[in-house]
Amino acid sequence: MIPDLGKYAVEVASAYSITFLLIVIISFLYWRRGLIIRRRLMAAEARKDA
Amino acid sequence: MRTILGMKYFWPYFWKLANPKVFMRWSGLCLPWLIALTVLCLGTGLIWGFFLTPDDARQGSTVKIIYLHVPSAFIAINGYFVMVLGSLFWLVRRQHVSVLVAKASAPIGMTMTVIALTTGAIWGQPMWGTYWVWDPRLTSFLILFLFYIGYVALWAAIENQDKVADLTSVLALVGAVFAVLSRYAVLFWNQGLHQGTTVTVADGVNQKNISSIFFQPLLLSMIGFGLLFLTLLLVGTRTEIRAQRLQVLEGLEKLK
Amino acid sequence: MIQLFTRDVVLSVRSGGGFGLALAFFLIVVVLMPFALGPDQFVLAKIAPGLLWLGALLACLLSSDRIFGMDYEDGTLELLATSPLPLESVYLAKSAAHWLTTGLPLSLAAPVFGLLLNLNLKVGGVLCLSLLLGTPALSLIGSFGATLTLGVRRGGLLLSLLVLPLYIPTLIFGALAVNAAALGKALDGSLLSILAISLGAIAVLPFFSAMALRANLQ
Repeated sequence: MIPDLGKYAVEVASAYSITFLLIVIISFLYWRRGLIIRRRLMAAEARKDA
Repeated sequence: MRTILGMKYFWPYFWKLANPKVFMRWSGLCLPWLIALTVLCLGTGLIWGFFLTPDDARQGSTVKIIYLHVPSAFIAINGYFVMVLGSLFWLVRRQHVSVLVAKASAPIGMTMTVIALTTGAIWGQPMWGTYWVWDPRLTSFLILFLFYIGYVALWAAIENQDKVADLTSVLALVGAVFAVLSRYAVLFWNQGLHQGTTVTVADGVNQKNISSIFFQPLLLSMIGFGLLFLTLLLVGTRTEIRAQRLQVLEGLEKLK
Repeated sequence: MIQLFTRDVVLSVRSGGGFGLALAFFLIVVVLMPFALGPDQFVLAKIAPGLLWLGALLACLLSSDRIFGMDYEDGTLELLATSPLPLESVYLAKSAAHWLTTGLPLSLAAPVFGLLLNLNLKVGGVLCLSLLLGTPALSLIGSFGATLTLGVRRGGLLLSLLVLPLYIPTLIFGALAVNAAALGKALDGSLLSILAISLGAIAVLPFFSAMALRANLQ
């Protein structure tokens, strides 16, 4: 049930897709950096305790 | 007064969050709920806005862009506000968590500024006949973007964490003063050079005269964007706290 | 403080690092513009006010990374920090010396360079006045930026990135004042606004710059 966007379909679709893309990119970057840092920290803690 | 507003009970607990351990525990507890709530609000708000609202008589379907444009612009400004507050608290109270909140806030705010600018440009092309005009509002957003870039670039340029925290905080505070100044200067400038432009006529998507059919999903997606900001802020700050701990540990290892 | 000021002025005049160079840079920007935009006198006169302001601003910016750079590298700045002179005054003295060796000559030269761009002398006078009022702010903001990028190697590009957005309000009001004069309109407070920015910069920036200097020197 895609709504009829009329003559502005391209505009609306591109606005939504660019926004989604940017949100996904920033979320992914935050998540990935968090994962990398957490792994490195766990390794460092393990080395310290050893 | 403090008691009436409940502030007596709020602030002592709020400042406890400046302790990294307390922050990590609380943010860890909140995060799953926040993520769920973000997906819920943003999903409902945008689906409602995209599928279930009618087209505007004048703007056709482009009115649907408002559910992206207004919330992202709102977060872009508030992200800078959070950044300034975090910097201020760091300079006054010297607690690392606050400056790390500021650091985590900047890239999110920057992304939101880009979203606001691009969605605005896409909307502007059919409505105003151009992607870009040097309207005061647009111009000040572009300036805001420049300030974000400078702040992020300064963080990236210096290794020493305490030093860069001080420097970026100073920049954020001075930048805030000049950003506000630019906002008013730009108002002055446009009036002075392009008197009587009709650009603002198309600004009919003003919150005040927007009907409730459009307003309810808009409100929901604004809450959704706010929650998204909060979620990413917590994730980012947790990462930065860990990164700082990591740096300390690696420094100790080098000493041995 | 006065000694520091005179020392900086003398150093920059003798070493030839800032004094003539900023002025020469300004001249080159002005000369290159007609090549880029065509020799049409009418067009040149129309864009001259903004162009001259922009040129002066860039000349000011490019010379500002040397304000603290040399003293930071050879340790003079650390000596100054341990002296009884507060860092706020060090910043003010250095900014004042920078203004005297770049801002002032630029302001005085601007109406003359304006002749090359078909800007008449009456408007040139307003230009000179607006620059005289505005360049102190440019020097202060520039050296504030220099305190932030002190420890960064090859900080020049970063310095521009940080400082140029801060220059926006001054540039807007400066160009506004000169444009109004060129159109024969009343100055409607633009000059006063520039003055206000300069005074505000004098009042506020020393504290932030001293904070930044302290962070860099600890």
